[in-house]
Amino acid sequence: MMASLIFVISVATLLMFFISYCRSLMASSSRHALSEEVRDVTGISSVATGRDFPRVVQLLQLCPEHQGDRVGLRAVAFYYSLLGFLQKSVAPIVPSLRSWADLEQASCGYFAAVALDRRIAYSRELLTQQSEL
Amino acid sequence: MPVSVGMLIWYLGTALELVFVVCSVARGSYFKYFFLNLYFILSVLTSVGRFVVFTAYGPGSDQYMYVYYYTDPLLTLALFAVLISLFLRVFEELGFAKHIRLGAGLLLLGTVLFSYAVVAQSSERLSTKFAYELSQNLYFVGLVLTYILWGAVLKLRETRTRVVQFILSLGLYFSAYAASYALMNFADKGSLIQYLSQALGCFLPLSWCITLLRYTEESRIVPARLVAVPR
Repeated sequence: MMASLIFVISVATLLMFFISYCRSLMASSSRHALSEEVRDVTGISSVATGRDFPRVVQLLQLCPEHQGDRVGLRAVAFYYSLLGFLQKSVAPIVPSLRSWADLEQASCGYFAAVALDRRIAYSRELLTQQSEL
Repeated sequence: MPVSVGMLIWYLGTALELVFVVCSVARGSYFKYFFLNLYFILSVLTSVGRFVVFTAYGPGSDQYMYVYYYTDPLLTLALFAVLISLFLRVFEELGFAKHIRLGAGLLLLGTVLFSYAVVAQSSERLSTKFAYELSQNLYFVGLVLTYILWGAVLKLRETRTRVVQFILSLGLYFSAYAASYALMNFADKGSLIQYLSQALGCFLPLSWCITLLRYTEESRIVPARLVAVPR
């Protein structure tokens, strides 16, 4: 009984900290303005939508990793799936949750686009260094 | 096979702890986050000590059990010091340093006395049981304090990215550890759950390393974006 109670409480706090952790990752890239190039490639003008995320992730796989951003991307990808699950399961009962989850998924999309921007800039830097050699 | 998986996680965790200290020195943040570094240095030293006893006497020996259970509260105390140092950072501008230190000291004393009171009723070996009980209670206190600290971060609109992510990682670690501890009560001996808490030991140095490498001391975030429901 006690173990079950500890388990339920700890999973609830784990979820709370996980959501905040993902939001802190996304908040750190929210001020980054996307380059013209990334806007063209991704089709994101200024505001991303929830549907952008899987598409941008596919593009990310084509670029070399930058400063170990893979862990953060995985965490956000898991958060994105969690929001998708929420939309399918709870959102039909609580409509306000749907718009919130949409906004969150859009933030995930923007985070991935910023990561793509950084990876492209990093690839360019690598190419420049190679050509100098 | 289970022994090798456990050893692999052990090596990986120790390596990540060393990586954090090296990154911290390289980035010039060693003294800025002194207690975080101290915790990992202690953890690496403890791992080396445990490994020596492990190879000399074996995992099932009394010697290994004593070393394990006596070093565990030492590490938990160091983690408690990390948490208090993060409290001091968040509240530094309010000038509450003296009150926080006093509160932390009283809380620690209370936890020690409570652990002793629980153990005193038991007929088992007092010192080993006390070390185990103190460690578990300090973990619980740590989880509650991290939750309070996170509330303070939101209330005080903390903007320092590194501080925010260090606290969140700690919260994730404590919550996941408590969940795995509860799960162990349901699982059989030798199941995968047993390795979960061990693997969690890799999470803290990994996430702190990423924070240290990705963000500078000047990095800032918009505090309003941390709240799940906009106010």
